[in-house]
Amino acid sequence: MPLLHRIARKGHTTVAFTLDGEPREGRAGDTLLTAILSQAKAVRVSEFSGQPRAGFCQMGACQDCWVTLADGARLRACTTPLAAGMSIVTRAGSAA
Amino acid sequence: MNGRAQPLVVGAGSAGIRAAQALVAAGLRPLVVDEAPSCGGQIYRQRLVPDERSETALYGSEAGKARALHRDFAALAGDLDYWPQALLWNLRDGVADIAVAGESRRVAYDGLILATGATDRILPLPGWTLPGVFTLGGAQVALKAQGCAIGSRVVFVGTGPLLYLVAWQYMKAGVAVAAVLDAAPFSAKFAMLRGLMLFPAVVARGMRFVAELRLRGVAIHSGVDNVRFEGGDAVSGVAWTQAGRTHRLACDGVGYGLALRSETQAADLAGCAFRFDERDRAWLPQRDAAGRSSVRHVYLAGDGAGIAGADAAERAGERAALALCEDRHLPYSPERAAVLDVERARIDRFRDVLEAAFPYPTHWAAGLADDTLLCRCEEIRTGEARDAIDRFDIVEINRLKAVSRVGMGRCQGRICAGAAAELLAVQTGRSLDSVGRLRAQAPLKPVPLVLTPAPRETEAAE
Repeated sequence: MPLLHRIARKGHTTVAFTLDGEPREGRAGDTLLTAILSQAKAVRVSEFSGQPRAGFCQMGACQDCWVTLADGARLRACTTPLAAGMSIVTRAGSAA
Repeated sequence: MNGRAQPLVVGAGSAGIRAAQALVAAGLRPLVVDEAPSCGGQIYRQRLVPDERSETALYGSEAGKARALHRDFAALAGDLDYWPQALLWNLRDGVADIAVAGESRRVAYDGLILATGATDRILPLPGWTLPGVFTLGGAQVALKAQGCAIGSRVVFVGTGPLLYLVAWQYMKAGVAVAAVLDAAPFSAKFAMLRGLMLFPAVVARGMRFVAELRLRGVAIHSGVDNVRFEGGDAVSGVAWTQAGRTHRLACDGVGYGLALRSETQAADLAGCAFRFDERDRAWLPQRDAAGRSSVRHVYLAGDGAGIAGADAAERAGERAALALCEDRHLPYSPERAAVLDVERARIDRFRDVLEAAFPYPTHWAAGLADDTLLCRCEEIRTGEARDAIDRFDIVEINRLKAVSRVGMGRCQGRICAGAAAELLAVQTGRSLDSVGRLRAQAPLKPVPLVLTPAPRETEAAE
């Protein structure tokens, strides 16, 4: 079960991206956080304990939802709009 | 004013919008920088793209205010400079460093209005880092701005007006609300009766939220204690005690918060003097009634300067802009300033009522369990911080940070510093104000190291 459940924008244009190598679809108007958590339970694992994390404040304050793209770029998921073709890595390594 | 740099407004929420509007009305051309992609701040946050929901569905009784703010700011487009998705990350001596569009721009300003807003105030609870546990504000952002619920069966926990508002918004959106767990005893809500004289409509609205939640069968438990979030790879339930008995409820989403805390780091970098505020239990930048800080030509408005809510923020933003105009010897309306002062004083009296109705659970800080994470960035447990305090005779929060790394992570103490100060005060038997406040450090939030300097100094003259 994913963490987030869509109530609105269900019929919006799909936006293709990959999550840990798997092809996925978000919706136009998604943040990265929404795109990931509407299909998964975490956006990263803690670099200390290895425990899953999925963001907390959703307004750019807590810095809990930084994710890594396949090219090494790091983005704060809750304040970054989803763009087509993004390749997001949540499992490997840490976002420290 | 020829040759003078433009005023800088930080934040495009309720306070920043009204400040910018008043500056433009006085003939100035401010630069407004805001982290969000569109104006509105948190309370009147806009969607990234339109969807099928009406503004009334999004903003409820406040839809008119939201619409007016968005419309008024849009109408200023030709008369100011506006950088959305822009992070002010450093401030010193009249110069701001702003990360925007992948570059770092250096802006010289003449007059600074800080309207930096607030986030949820938090005390750590067992399991608070589990996926599915979000702040009350975060739960609201998910619903309002993204059209998503944080779970299919959600529990809302904590205190503050947001607790019932967000629970009600979720219920209205068709989400199953498993329960509202209120940290305050039921009797605290009788304080709201004192607010009837000040803002009867606001009190009535709050009572309607509670009544409608109950009518739909949402359980409301007051005076909850020892709250813990349980689960494996995500939250699966909440446990708490009430009148000495343990209760447990299954859920797959939690919204949690203990009212709000001000974002004060920019004021700190600007060199503003701080004072301890008993009501907010926090160090806040000093300001006079108009919003002048201790630093010449630096002004403070909105929840970033002390929690007062969106209606107060609109007025404080405008009031600070009037003060800036007065200090620049520009024409301004003292009559309008007086009206704003009266209205803000009334809201301030109502804040005392809200504080009595939604009191901070001070005993929760004393009861923090040793194995609960205190700092979620660096994963420092409460017990580790307690050990550091005892072992090194720590009585000051920056020292605690240096020794334990609490507050040294990516959020720079935004989430944990308040809790760490509460813990330090309890542990050392001192008052909360005497343990001090975390010094702000640039960059205020993480910025990429690959930022390239802009080709020239960005310095728009009036």
